[in-house]
Amino acid sequence: MNKALIILIPLVIIGVLVIGGFGIYNGLVSAQEEAKTAWAQVENQYQRRADLIPNLVETVKGYAKQEKSILEEVTRLRSQWGEARQSGNINKTLAAVQGLESALARLMVVVERYPELKSNQNFIKLQDQLEGTENRISVERRRFNQSVLNYNRKIRTFPGAFFAGPFGFERISLFEAEEPAKKAPAVKF
Amino acid sequence: MRTGNWGSFSLIWLIVFLFYGQTLALEVLERPEGRVTDFTGTLSRNEQVMLERKLADFERETTNQIAVLLIPTLKGDSLEDYSIRLAEKWKIGQKGRNNGAILLIVKNDRQLRIEVGYGLEGALPDALSGSIIRNEIAPRFKTGHFYQGIDAGLSAVMAAIKGEYKASKNRERRSRSSPWGALWPIFLFFGIFIFINRVARKRHYHSGGSRGWTSGGIFWGGGSSGGSSGGGFSGGGGDFGGGGASGNW
Repeated sequence: MNKALIILIPLVIIGVLVIGGFGIYNGLVSAQEEAKTAWAQVENQYQRRADLIPNLVETVKGYAKQEKSILEEVTRLRSQWGEARQSGNINKTLAAVQGLESALARLMVVVERYPELKSNQNFIKLQDQLEGTENRISVERRRFNQSVLNYNRKIRTFPGAFFAGPFGFERISLFEAEEPAKKAPAVKF
Repeated sequence: MRTGNWGSFSLIWLIVFLFYGQTLALEVLERPEGRVTDFTGTLSRNEQVMLERKLADFERETTNQIAVLLIPTLKGDSLEDYSIRLAEKWKIGQKGRNNGAILLIVKNDRQLRIEVGYGLEGALPDALSGSIIRNEIAPRFKTGHFYQGIDAGLSAVMAAIKGEYKASKNRERRSRSSPWGALWPIFLFFGIFIFINRVARKRHYHSGGSRGWTSGGIFWGGGSSGGSSGGGFSGGGGDFGGGGASGNW
């Protein structure tokens, strides 16, 4: 055996381990960042929905004055969500989102009783926008969950698991639908 | 060394698939060759060609890509869910510009949807997509005039999104971090082995050269070549975020 090779091989192995380690660590960081960005996208869509609410409330008010209580509730929950988001408390934010979601769903059932409102062009537009936003929310939630699954798998499987503990990469929990999903899940394997 | 490079190339692809391509088992059709795909036998050959030409001309003129798909049924699946999966798979529209849109028609379920890529959301907002469905497409579908409905719908969509680029309202989606970052240790690994191989080979001149184990055929697994789809319907890479509108007739 040649002396140079005997020295070279351990050096190469150490080098590969160290440099490979950087790569794996960076992979964890970027997976984590991706999950964070995906969550930001979900919040953007929540914002989009919140932005639609004042206009929606005004339009419905014009036709259905007697539905004051539900309209007030929607408005109140909207500002509650805004405050919770400002405070950065994720549990509070999610609770507010859920409340807002169910109030909005009830409002959309109530408006069924007002045919004039339902044929109002402005209302039809708002309904399209709201539906589009709900769809975007579900798309971004799903993408968030995908990126979380990817991250969680990385920190739990080899070789990422080596680094997850010492460097404090913690599990992120998935976004769970609060009620049995309106749409039948279409997951097929 | 040429074969060695192919070996490492296909190994890298293998790794990419193992790590990134897991269980995306969706029942969504592969992206077709053409812009107009009819699995319901509704459109005549001639009608398909006319729509195809209309969309091709539009793309040439504005770079925006629109695809039309007619399927018989979703078998109870949600329209929006299927549509976004379709959009994610087909990636209509150009990368970075995300200027694609899909008109999905589920004939027997009497449902349809316009799915709008990120880059066109400004020009074709949900409310506009909704009104195109209600005012242009659905009334014609109700009377069984499918070709006319699609044609009128596409005309309206095109009118809406024309000039979007000059206005430069494209919302670019954040770029996902590329998987290559995680792979460079592998490149390095191969580099080192090739280096060692060279060193080792120098010491074995008598053996006639091909003793390096990188050429030993260990890693051959059928190189997956990413051929571009033919048929003049290239581009692709457009991202969607669930924008658009659904309707029925």
